[in-house]
Amino acid sequence: MILTAPLAAIGRPVMAMLAGIGRISIFAAQVVSHILRPPFYPREFFAAVMQIGWFSLPVVAMTALFTGGALALQIYAGGARYGAEAAVPSITALGMVRELGPVLGGLMVAARVTSSIAAEIGTMKVTEQIDALTTLSTNPIKYLAVPRVVAAVLVMPVLVAVGDVIGIAGGWLVGVNQLGFNSATYIKNTADFLQFWDVGSGLVKGAAFGFIIALMGVYHGMYSGRGAQGVGTATKSAVVAASVLILASNFLLTRVFFGS
Amino acid sequence: MIELTNVHKAFGPKHVLSGVDLNIAKGTSMVIIGGSGTGKSVLLKSVLGLIRPDSGTITLDGKDVAKGDRDAFLARFGMLFQGGALFDSLRVWENVAFRLRHGKQTLPKHEAREIAIEKLRRVGLKPDVADQFPAELSGGMQKRVGLARAIAAEPEIIFFDEPTTGLDPIMSGVINDLIREIVTEMGATAMTITHDMTSVRAIADNVAMLHGGKVRWSGPVADLDATDDPYVQQFIHGRAEGPIESVR
Ligand SMILES: Nc1ncnc2c1ncn2[C@@H]1O[C@H](COP(=O)(O)OP(=O)(O)OP(=O)(O)O)[C@@H](O)[C@H]1O
Ligand SMILES: [Mg+2]
Repeated sequence: MILTAPLAAIGRPVMAMLAGIGRISIFAAQVVSHILRPPFYPREFFAAVMQIGWFSLPVVAMTALFTGGALALQIYAGGARYGAEAAVPSITALGMVRELGPVLGGLMVAARVTSSIAAEIGTMKVTEQIDALTTLSTNPIKYLAVPRVVAAVLVMPVLVAVGDVIGIAGGWLVGVNQLGFNSATYIKNTADFLQFWDVGSGLVKGAAFGFIIALMGVYHGMYSGRGAQGVGTATKSAVVAASVLILASNFLLTRVFFGS
Repeated sequence: MIELTNVHKAFGPKHVLSGVDLNIAKGTSMVIIGGSGTGKSVLLKSVLGLIRPDSGTITLDGKDVAKGDRDAFLARFGMLFQGGALFDSLRVWENVAFRLRHGKQTLPKHEAREIAIEKLRRVGLKPDVADQFPAELSGGMQKRVGLARAIAAEPEIIFFDEPTTGLDPIMSGVINDLIREIVTEMGATAMTITHDMTSVRAIADNVAMLHGGKVRWSGPVADLDATDDPYVQQFIHGRAEGPIESVR
């Protein structure tokens, strides 16, 4: 009894976590299996595009602008130790499009969108709106989950692309105004250095993060506990899960894309 | 014909239904009464398959409700939820017309809207609420929108979970008449939960009283007053003293 107690203490959360991963995987498979099967809900889809994409633009733009600026300053300071200040445009652009654009964009959108999806769907759950959907012969996964997940997967790469451009512009602003770069040279250096896959890999990451962002919101909302407290917990869990999954999958994707 | 046989349901250690037997004949109106928290709403949701009973069988026309084509099964039902359960992102008329717009046969927008407005009128709501959002309505108005949504597609079987709770006496009368009319004129089968004895007498062909997880008494509404069951007597006369504990 005494000897097994620590094992049980470790085992229980591990089991709970494994069970959670199992449930989320099954849910994800269900969502994916419904994507191509009618009926489709275009209205829900366009609403989701607006909510996830359009209204996230300011947040993503601000994040990218300041990050690009800070990145240029750091690379300049670091590069100065080796006399490599000239690398500022290329390394700033690389860091932005490969890593910081998708990851910070993903995290900001998770904070904004995952939370609001989880709270909205969680409220629908506790006020029996999801039961009502079912009784009206409408599959909640088709009606609530699929439009949001598809919208997020399509829209996130666009947000990442916008973030890339603005992030590079942030670096350029700092480079030209503060670090003494020539504007045209800065732009030319950036454009010559970046390769297609540098940008493409970031966009693929964006799509993956979009899937995580919407899926976590919908999943935690649909399995929300009872009452206002249940919705609160669901919202928190959704954002935490989305953020951790974004960072973990970013590592995996970076390994797959650039690990060799 | 809806038939429940020995239905059990517990939430954790709490036994809510412990052996419910109940028959509802086609085209009749069954009213379920019983104290708060005795599992009446759970019973309705079990028939719809929203809650899965732990044991026992529920059949509709002899077929198990948990098996077979769920879409075809649910297409025969309308349900008014106790809390209304209106979609708060949709306008009132879109709520009412939801099945008409998303079901098997989708009606064009203007037709669906006209039907919605007509159903709203039948539950005593003016056409101008059609374009409002549920959150802008009073509790009783939301309830009636829920009712309009339940009847909008003219289902064969309709469940009403406390249709008159929160309504003024006149509006309660309107709703009672409406439910009665749906059963007698359209031949629908209805199952209604209510605490309102006036509604019971206005709506019911048969009454079942749920207590202690079982159907304590059931029979035609005409027999309700004559029964000497002390539980039923206490309930219908609203006495604090009697076999039903007041703290539960
Ligand atoms: N999803 C659920 N999880 C846990 N317990 C539940 C759940 N649904 C219902 N219960 C419990 O089941 C019991 C019966 O609930 P139900 O809503 O059926 O009562 P009711 O008879 O409809 O009462 P009222 O007349 O107040 O509406 C309650 O004690 C409730 O706490
Ligand atoms: Mg109830």
